[in-house]
Amino acid sequence: MSELLLFRDIDEPGLNTIDVYRRRGGYDDLRKALAMPREAVLNELLASGLRGRGGAGFAMGKKVSFLPKGAMDVYLCCNADESEPGTFKDREIMQKNPHMLIEGIIIAAYAAGANKAFIYIRGEYRLQADILDAAVAEAEAAGYLGDAILGSEHDLSLVVHRGAGAYICGEETALLDSLEGKRGNPRLKPPFPANQGLYQGPTLINNVETLATVPSIIRMGGDEYAKIGTETSTGTKLVSISGHVKRPGNYEIELGIPSREIIYGLAGGPPDGREVKLWFPGGSSAPVLTKDDLDLPYDFDTLAKAGSMLGSGAIIVVDDSTSVVDVAYKTAYFYRHESCGKCTPCREGTNWTVKMLERIKAGEATPMDLDIMASVCTNIIGNCLCVLGDAMAMPIGSMVAKFRDEFEAYIEERRAAAWATTEEPEPELAIIQGAVA
Amino acid sequence: MEVRRFEHGSRVPGWDREVDLSKDPSQVPDPATTPVPEDVRAEIEAHMAKYPDSRSATLPALAAVQRHHGWCSPEAIEQAACVMRLTPGYLTAVATFYDMFDTEPVGRHRVYVCTNISCSLRGADELYARVKELTDGDADFAVKRFECLGACDIAPMASVDGTYVGPLALSDVEELLDDVRNDRDPLPRKQLRYRPSAGATTPDDHTEGTA
Repeated sequence: MSELLLFRDIDEPGLNTIDVYRRRGGYDDLRKALAMPREAVLNELLASGLRGRGGAGFAMGKKVSFLPKGAMDVYLCCNADESEPGTFKDREIMQKNPHMLIEGIIIAAYAAGANKAFIYIRGEYRLQADILDAAVAEAEAAGYLGDAILGSEHDLSLVVHRGAGAYICGEETALLDSLEGKRGNPRLKPPFPANQGLYQGPTLINNVETLATVPSIIRMGGDEYAKIGTETSTGTKLVSISGHVKRPGNYEIELGIPSREIIYGLAGGPPDGREVKLWFPGGSSAPVLTKDDLDLPYDFDTLAKAGSMLGSGAIIVVDDSTSVVDVAYKTAYFYRHESCGKCTPCREGTNWTVKMLERIKAGEATPMDLDIMASVCTNIIGNCLCVLGDAMAMPIGSMVAKFRDEFEAYIEERRAAAWATTEEPEPELAIIQGAVA
Repeated sequence: MEVRRFEHGSRVPGWDREVDLSKDPSQVPDPATTPVPEDVRAEIEAHMAKYPDSRSATLPALAAVQRHHGWCSPEAIEQAACVMRLTPGYLTAVATFYDMFDTEPVGRHRVYVCTNISCSLRGADELYARVKELTDGDADFAVKRFECLGACDIAPMASVDGTYVGPLALSDVEELLDDVRNDRDPLPRKQLRYRPSAGATTPDDHTEGTA
């Protein structure tokens, strides 16, 4: 890869202001897009092969083309509720280059025929939301937002909406409910948001990184963009890498490079003397991979074929100093906390998985509990309105499957330790032979 | 294994709180009898005007009254309900769903320590214990263990009154809390906002070992 698209000069002072952004050619791509017919912009998006960067990896252009045509209010929601454990790439874009995101939103809204756009940003990102608010005000003052943008017939209003701390609101239909002022519960699909979304209108929902890529596609042309990366995973991707590595952080990579190059080359690998034990390739919802998988090319299809997923592009590395049981417990605990409680398999399944892991840690479990845990996982998958429960079941299932020996050894060790310290309890009630009530 | 129970014997909190079943559910508050501070009203109304459906302003409205009252007290919720023309019950249901709204009184400084996977791999549980220990008995602090705050690059980290700081060593905690107690900027040298991007250089530079 010769140049960075999303992270080019990301640390340039003042890049978050409109003056610096424009001096670097910012909003030129918007001008170019508005001079094209809507269909032509859409065709560029389709040709680019850009896949959603939020987790599902659905083709962005296709999503836009699903929106019904006709005279009605179409909405665009930018999903900035970045809560997937391990993911922090959108934070960096919004904090350091908010205008790139805003420009992408305006172009995407033009292609989709949307006149009202919202950025749903998680409430914890206070600094980033303040920066976005300021950037939106600047863009409005400069005439990039509002009525008849740059003399075209395209109108767009953009509102920054702050969430209030709920992982589930990153799920697209829960996000819509939350944006409508309700508890963030997912909705039954279909109807999909493209047909009935926000306020029952057709709605396009895209991740921050996806939308921030749009100006680059317009500048380069869809076909040229598609030459980056692999055939089915085009373009560059921000990877958030964290956990046991020397240089955690966000890196922009070309899709398809070997995973080892990201973990060892960019992030420096685990601390000296340690080895990679397991890694989540796409946030904590992705089934874990082991050190044998380090040479897999990092792209959507290869990781799916390996039984995992690229997800949000968040790599969490765990080295051999950590017990897999602790990792499983942390993962399950998170999903139990964040389950919205609407669907029984998820609400109960996450709860019982945590309880079983607590039992394992307390030395009260037997290896049979692992089978029960696996069966709980298979009973969650596919049985809920959204994939939050699946997102716990898949990594836990993969950890039990790939590290069963370690789980069993852990159970035996804890059981032995618990037995060694337990004294025979005194019976609470004295048993009196032959007593008559 | 010990099962924690509340005083009333159930594992579910709150069901035994006194409820007057003879009373009707609360209605949309009457503006004549519900005083709302002028700045709070103006802020909520400004939010309501931004959306095609004013009910979308629920979260910003609750955030506004929480900022004013310190927590989402019944009085605070009543005021938001009055301005938005909703029932307090509806707003309470929303407020209890989200982690950032407090429906019990809390200290004025909110410290959220992330204890999710990436942070705990780097010592977040010890960090949380240390923060808890040093704020023990201080009514000014509301220390909470929080799920992923989206800053795994500065793990282990904490959000102090909305400001992200990290990576925090155990020895930093005292200084951090001292800054908060004296209303100074918390630990500026470790704030996220001043941190350069890890991937600011092109990948080629890294693989050649110049980073």
